[in-house]
Amino acid sequence: MHELSVTENILEIVTRHAQQADAKRVVRIHLVIGELSSLVDDCVQFYFDYLARDTIAAEAQLVFERVSITLRCPHCAHTWQPDSADWTCPACGKAQATIQAGREFYVDSIEVE
Amino acid sequence: MSPDRIPVIERIMGANDELALQNRRMLDAHHVHAINIMASPGAGKTTLILSTAKALQGRQRLAVVEGDVASSVDADKVRAIGVPAVQINTGGGCHLDANQLREALEQLNLDEVDLLFIENVGNLICPVGFALGEHTRVAIASVPEGDDKPHKYPGIYSAVDALVVTKVDLLPWIDFDMAEFQRLVRSLNPDIRIFQVSCVTGEGMAEWVNWLLTLTQAP
Repeated sequence: MHELSVTENILEIVTRHAQQADAKRVVRIHLVIGELSSLVDDCVQFYFDYLARDTIAAEAQLVFERVSITLRCPHCAHTWQPDSADWTCPACGKAQATIQAGREFYVDSIEVE
Repeated sequence: MSPDRIPVIERIMGANDELALQNRRMLDAHHVHAINIMASPGAGKTTLILSTAKALQGRQRLAVVEGDVASSVDADKVRAIGVPAVQINTGGGCHLDANQLREALEQLNLDEVDLLFIENVGNLICPVGFALGEHTRVAIASVPEGDDKPHKYPGIYSAVDALVVTKVDLLPWIDFDMAEFQRLVRSLNPDIRIFQVSCVTGEGMAEWVNWLLTLTQAP
């Protein structure tokens, strides 16, 4: 359900930047989505096609750059990508990991004509 | 002609985050500490709020914002014990957003509130992505849901300040490994506060309530 409101946000950001650049048409939209954010790509493209149909971004293709979770251990400086919800450091065994990447949720760039 | 690529670098949640910031300023201006409570349906959010309200009676002035897909059942229960409550019906929406909280805040007399509980829609995925302007985020996990929830929803467990494990009076009858559960939660979130509570027996309530008091008494 909330993908609809998220898609409205994406469309608003994209059309604003495209108009500022005097673009005629938006061809592609590059999104950066961390693994810890919950957007599901297929339905977002579906919502987008519907919402954007009468706009400068009609038929634009959404391109998702997925960012894996990257953790860093403050004790031994080890960085790794966890394969489970146990975020204990595999190098030193301490459980103090900080999130380096995985919460991204932004419009990176647009391709326009 | 090949298309031009224009950098944007703009947060998708930027509009919500801006409204959340406005909510935060409004709350701060009235010296209200707001707590966003998130959990799955049936974890015991409303029951914990009701028990907490009774325990804080005479010590803190509470108000509650109830987020639900439909009905005013929860707000009615809160009002019945004399605590102001505003019901938000999301009409199918899976989470509260900052705009909905704004509308609810306008219906409360914030000058008469010290502590505001915001009961989010029952859901372990979506609410955590929508800032409301709250000061503190609390997740609830009930013992009958099982000890494997952190495996499935690392997003919420890694993003809250505290976790209340509810219905601990059921532990003797349920296969729930509390030590392993807590170890896993702490690996996702080393700074998290974990409380074990039963609203039936009252176990653990004092510790939870004392922690809430430290939040509102902080400068």
